[in-house]
Amino acid sequence: MSSTQAGALNEVKSVAPINRSKLSFALGDVVFKFTALFFALVVLMLLAGIIVMLVKGSLPAFEAFGPGFITSDEWDPVRELYGAWPSLTGTLVAALIAMLIGLPLSFGIAVFITEMAPQWLKRPVGTAVELLAAVPSIIYGMWGLFFFAPFFAAYIQPGLVAALGPLPIFGTLFQMPVMGGSSGVSVLTAGIVLAIMIVPFMASVIRDVFEIVPGSLKESAYAMGATTWEVVWNVVLPFTKTGVVGGIMLGLGRAIGETMAVTFIIGNASQLGSSLLDPGTTIAAKLANEFNEADGLQMDSLIAMGLILFVITFIVLMLSKLMLMRLAATQEGSKT
Amino acid sequence: MNLYARRKLINTFNMTASVLTTLVGLMFLGWILIVLITKGIGAINWTIFTEMTPPPGSAGGLANALIGSLMITLAAVAIGTPIGIMAGTYLAEYGKQSVFAEVVRTINDILLSAPSIIIGVFVYTLMVAPMGHFSGWAGAVALAIIVIPVVLRTTENMLSLVPTQMREAAAALGAPRWMVIMSVVYKAAIAGMVTGVVLAIARITGETAPLLFTALNNQFWSTDMNGAMANLPVVIFQFAMSPYDDWRELAWAAALLITTLVLGMNILARSLLRGHKA
Amino acid sequence: MSTMAAPQGGNVSFNMAAAVTKKTGSTDHALTDKVDGVRHVSNGKLILRDVNFYYGKFKGLQDINVSFPERQVTAMIGPSGCGKSTLLRTLNRIYDLYPGQRAEGEIMMDGQNLLDHAMDVNQLRAKIGMVFQKPTPFPMSIYDNISFGVKLYENLSKSDMNDRVEWALRKGAIWDEVKDKLGQAGTALSGGQQQRLCIARSIAVKPEVILFDEPTSALDPISTLKIEELIHELKSEFTVVIVTHNMQQAARVSDYTAFMYLGKMVEYDHTNVIFTKPDKKETEDYITGRFG
Repeated sequence: MSSTQAGALNEVKSVAPINRSKLSFALGDVVFKFTALFFALVVLMLLAGIIVMLVKGSLPAFEAFGPGFITSDEWDPVRELYGAWPSLTGTLVAALIAMLIGLPLSFGIAVFITEMAPQWLKRPVGTAVELLAAVPSIIYGMWGLFFFAPFFAAYIQPGLVAALGPLPIFGTLFQMPVMGGSSGVSVLTAGIVLAIMIVPFMASVIRDVFEIVPGSLKESAYAMGATTWEVVWNVVLPFTKTGVVGGIMLGLGRAIGETMAVTFIIGNASQLGSSLLDPGTTIAAKLANEFNEADGLQMDSLIAMGLILFVITFIVLMLSKLMLMRLAATQEGSKT
Repeated sequence: MNLYARRKLINTFNMTASVLTTLVGLMFLGWILIVLITKGIGAINWTIFTEMTPPPGSAGGLANALIGSLMITLAAVAIGTPIGIMAGTYLAEYGKQSVFAEVVRTINDILLSAPSIIIGVFVYTLMVAPMGHFSGWAGAVALAIIVIPVVLRTTENMLSLVPTQMREAAAALGAPRWMVIMSVVYKAAIAGMVTGVVLAIARITGETAPLLFTALNNQFWSTDMNGAMANLPVVIFQFAMSPYDDWRELAWAAALLITTLVLGMNILARSLLRGHKA
Repeated sequence: MSTMAAPQGGNVSFNMAAAVTKKTGSTDHALTDKVDGVRHVSNGKLILRDVNFYYGKFKGLQDINVSFPERQVTAMIGPSGCGKSTLLRTLNRIYDLYPGQRAEGEIMMDGQNLLDHAMDVNQLRAKIGMVFQKPTPFPMSIYDNISFGVKLYENLSKSDMNDRVEWALRKGAIWDEVKDKLGQAGTALSGGQQQRLCIARSIAVKPEVILFDEPTSALDPISTLKIEELIHELKSEFTVVIVTHNMQQAARVSDYTAFMYLGKMVEYDHTNVIFTKPDKKETEDYITGRFG
């Protein structure tokens, strides 16, 4: 040992850093930084590219039909007349149904996992919900087409029509479809399948948001004799309000843009029926069904609908991001 | 009824509702999984892996769709991962809180949740229309656009978790910035970064919409990425929507395969991350 | 050795370095002059002239003029926020990693100004090692932890590298504990071992100066003692500058002590002078625990 040490000792002064590395180090720094910067720019260019291509592709349709394209309910390849209204409303109605059903379900699941479930059950249920959020949407579509829709048509639809159909105004939404509706393929079933698809996703987002509530805050409410529900409603929810809304918006964004779960089951009718039990279509379903066979103005119109869909999801996403950012801000505030 | 009794009643009612919603939710999801397993297992056999997708009315397999999916997915990961990792590195190591970095972050979030069918339309106008034909490459590019935001976000998050002192310690030895990042920071964050890539693969394994307008389908064995290529999701879509029982059987088999793969990769990603934390 | 003024003197083995110390270090302080609380030393390895430091607009250091002597241990003490860590971080320009932080003035080492823009900071840092508050083993094997820095500047054969790793680990007083598990992860060691591994890692690149930024504040008393002994041994070959919030530690390990307050160098002298008869009232107040 001592010889190594002594030898090395003498070297200490003589070994100067080798100069050859200087250049490669400096060059490496520049190359690495600019490669990283370049790929960050690629991400920017991707979005710009998507917007440019969608706008460019949809210009002929907007030139031909003007803003009336959005409100027209024509879809006639023979006469070359196209309008987005049935698909647009179908998209929004299916998403609305999905939110009406999915929201209470997700909220209940999130409350169960964070506030009620015994410790040993939290992890398994939480993990199961998260894994189910990863199941490809096409699976929900197949299940919806082959199992849920027939089940719905046979057991739920008749009761629904009998109970709600006679109601004034509201009842028109629940008339038995003219075509018989025995397959169960409809806007309503599409909305329900969408709801089941986004529930795991929304439930895990809401659960994550609930979990940021400081334990001490909840404990002080419990210490005053509050019930579990009162803690959830008066402490947890106000504290996480914006985050929960952000999570809901993310779910809404998914519901609006979802293709496969809907295409299987909405029936792809080109006209909008007055009843929710009629088949309908959404923008995404219309694209999936017709895009590959389309050309000319029909293709341009489909791209124009894609642009409309993109704008809607863009707005929803920006709103959700705004909400989640506000939650982050209140969190920072409560820390200091 | 006194106030306390009423409060207790409301609590009991709402908590029961919460348990019920959980049960209803899990019941539906259980139903889906049971259907998938029973229909899928009945349809899976060895010929799935050896024979091509058949014409209507005859038996066959999924061999061409499996190889197609594998090749498209690999190409998508090969294209998307470096972009996602380098862009994520930029945000975590250089951009940080700058305006440019915040803009990239926001845009990445938009890409992360943009409807995947829009990405299909985009790649169609970008590649398929100019080239005049569907292709595996177009499918790979479409899926890569889905991979990028997932990998970017996990990379940035994982790099941000590496303590600053680790970077300083490496720099204090005379290592230039790029070597600090490549040899020390990446090594410290590797489990998380791999998790991101695995999650991205899981995500694109089941994606159907972006492939419809790009790779489309091909009834025959093809490993030519320049032409239309068979792939599992599109086969599921076309076969399940068909009126033929043989095709539907195959669709269920493919659906079970895909779901098993996706869930398997998600579980793998979780255990990777947990092993890293411990 | 009996003439060594530093309180801990006496157990340094007799070698060249110690002889140098004896001649130019502690014995002649009566002859060197002390201007405005700062003692001039003739054997300065790092000579600071009018060093100012800025975090954006905030001035973290003001007009620091001081020399840190070669092959001696200099300690920097002062209340938190006084600028002692900032000063340490200017010496190897680690602040360069952060935009908005900058230093002005001169830090001369071997005739070169370290703050010069043309200075290659990577080579500078290879000459001035640094050990941090928390142990920072890299996520790799013990062997690779040590060889990482060496590989940056030297092309060693396998056997030369083995020798170097062993040499560094011995210098870091951790060889006996890790020699049978060089392939294991550095992160699997205990906190005190990790810190000695980090010291060995700094030594391995054969720096001329080693900076310690509160190296024992995250460690237990026994590990602290080992590190203090190690620092004491290191000065036979290296110039050591250590920041500590622990006055007893400064008294135990250092030959010179700098007391800083509000970004200024209040007093700098032989450690025994600082701790027994400081010139400045602030120093005395701090040493006796009346503030800070």
